[in-house]
Amino acid sequence: MPKWADVVLIPLISLMLAAILSALVILAIGENPVEAVKLMVSGALGSTYGWGYTLYYATNFMFTGLAVAVAFHARLFNIGGEGQAMLGGLGVAMVCLYVDWPHWSVALLAACAASMLFGALWAAIPAYLQAKRGSHIVITTIMFNFIAAAFLNYMLVNVMRPQGSQDPATARFPESVHLPTFQSMFSTAENTVFRGAPVNITFFIALLACVVVWALIWRTRLGYEIRAYGHSETGAVYAGISPVRITIVAMLISGALAGLMAINNVMGEAERLVLNSTEGAGFIGIAVALMGRSHPFGVLLAALLFGFLYQGGAELALWASIPRELIVVIQALVILFTGALDNMVRMPLEKLFLGMRKRAE
Amino acid sequence: MDFFVTLIQVLDSTIRLSTPLLLACLAGLYSERAGIFDIGLEGKMLMSAFFSAAVAAATGSVWLGLLAGIAASLILSGLHGMASITFRGNQLISGVAINFLAAGLTVLVAQSWFQQGGRTPSLFGGGRFESAEFPYAIGPEDAELTGRSVSDLMSDANVVHIVYSELLSGHSILVYVAFLMVPATWWILYRTRFGLRLRAVGENPAAVDTAGVSVVGLRYAAVAICGVLCGIAGAYLATALQAGFVKDMTAGRGFIALAALIFAKWRPWHAMWACLLFGLLQAVALRFQNIDLGGVVIPVQVMDALPYILTVVILAGFVGKAIPPQAGGDPYIKER
Repeated sequence: MPKWADVVLIPLISLMLAAILSALVILAIGENPVEAVKLMVSGALGSTYGWGYTLYYATNFMFTGLAVAVAFHARLFNIGGEGQAMLGGLGVAMVCLYVDWPHWSVALLAACAASMLFGALWAAIPAYLQAKRGSHIVITTIMFNFIAAAFLNYMLVNVMRPQGSQDPATARFPESVHLPTFQSMFSTAENTVFRGAPVNITFFIALLACVVVWALIWRTRLGYEIRAYGHSETGAVYAGISPVRITIVAMLISGALAGLMAINNVMGEAERLVLNSTEGAGFIGIAVALMGRSHPFGVLLAALLFGFLYQGGAELALWASIPRELIVVIQALVILFTGALDNMVRMPLEKLFLGMRKRAE
Repeated sequence: MDFFVTLIQVLDSTIRLSTPLLLACLAGLYSERAGIFDIGLEGKMLMSAFFSAAVAAATGSVWLGLLAGIAASLILSGLHGMASITFRGNQLISGVAINFLAAGLTVLVAQSWFQQGGRTPSLFGGGRFESAEFPYAIGPEDAELTGRSVSDLMSDANVVHIVYSELLSGHSILVYVAFLMVPATWWILYRTRFGLRLRAVGENPAAVDTAGVSVVGLRYAAVAICGVLCGIAGAYLATALQAGFVKDMTAGRGFIALAALIFAKWRPWHAMWACLLFGLLQAVALRFQNIDLGGVVIPVQVMDALPYILTVVILAGFVGKAIPPQAGGDPYIKER
């Protein structure tokens, strides 16, 4: 099968199958799919406000998608992005609340470091257990998501909640660490754009992360070792690559990327740490990485698509009687067709291309 | 006596809360013993919880509800089987997809069917499983007959009678089904030909194939049993433990069941004890918020996290190693 079919054709066909089924679901609950798509497009892409939300969500999904993708290259399935992003949020909150920062740019650097450190630490234990004790990483990372949720709950209710507040959340971050939003960056005196939308400077950090991950995976020795290990463990061992080291390093990078997401949602948007701040973005990273074929550019495109779906879905819930959960269904179908049912699309296509080549000869 | 009554009440709710865990755990046991990892237990339970409550609300019959719940769960099982057996896809990714599919579809369908914000109407009368009163147990009927409250009658009874009335009697029939499934599962797995083949296909499918037994057939059978049990678990949640479906009502129980399965090292009797332990943790967390042990306060979040922490410890092999079925997660490719 030619490479373009593998990279472009199969994801497109899978995506179309998911779209057709989603349309059937919308029909089944008595709504009009065409109207729904129109509403989603105008709501998510029809104004700079809509774009502001679409890009904000896409930023979250780029980080979690890259996190899952890096682990996939080492043939590790990191379902723990959700927990790692939660812990990243804790790191960001500590940096923003307990240190007096002169300027947001310094605070941003420190918060990046803290979120990556916390995310990586949360991934380190499952990584160590997988590498040294052979505990299945999927199960341990699932368990760590729940442990992270309980831990965060404890920290917010018993430790970090300001006195007299009923809300399980930290205090607001001081003015000096507020990140510049697109509204403040791109508005001119006569024309305000992205008004009230949460998209902020973190978007560019996410783009930078895509480039860095690309360079890491395809242009460095470590990336080569990660891919080699992912292709064949025995081959990698024969080439002198240590499985323990690759497992742990790949998971640390993955956890750090998931943790970085907190810059966007905690520091950039909420400006304080709340319960369930991640809102399932860690899981959407799985769909994004699968659709993007674990390539940073694919992850970028898939993250934009899911950002559009998220903002469009919110508009649907607002203007039509279709609940937001439609997006969860679409997400499930994308994971199903691009991930689990991949062979359903691939096998007939491989036969088709084989037949065509035989005929050409 | 006060302490004793509290203890019995906590144990009573332990049994109620363990039941869905146990059913889902045994469901996972069949599937994983046949070599099909299933992290979609949560989704199947949720799907069944909704459809059982919806059909029970629409028809007024809880038994039709149960059947509908099992059917809904079986459809998802079929999907998982298709993805992981027929198309040899990644079983973990398929499980993740099934969980999201159920989380989304249940709310979507509930909203368009009942317009009550993603829930079903409350169930009453024949729409719910009633509790089965054993003979001579103290129950609401005695209270009506004597004109005294049940707790009043309890405080007069002796210890054996209290345990009998409160702990053993008065549960929904599905609770007894769940606990009877434990010896049944043990018998099927270790004393029947089907069970032997099921365990073999999870350890070494090539050997089963060589013996002329269909690997695909066995694995589909295991996945189907898993679907039926998850269906009962979901129906229990929505029509017995609670009266109706609410959004995300499984609340991670599928994952606790998965944890219990690993904790039990994929064995039926141990699964029961693990589920009772995790049910006890839930019951204690539900009854007491923060537990004060002579000055040291255990926050409620520790109780919430404990099943997961214990599972990680077990998985790490510090307290006896948990070794999963050898062929678990690998699709079987027949040589030609």
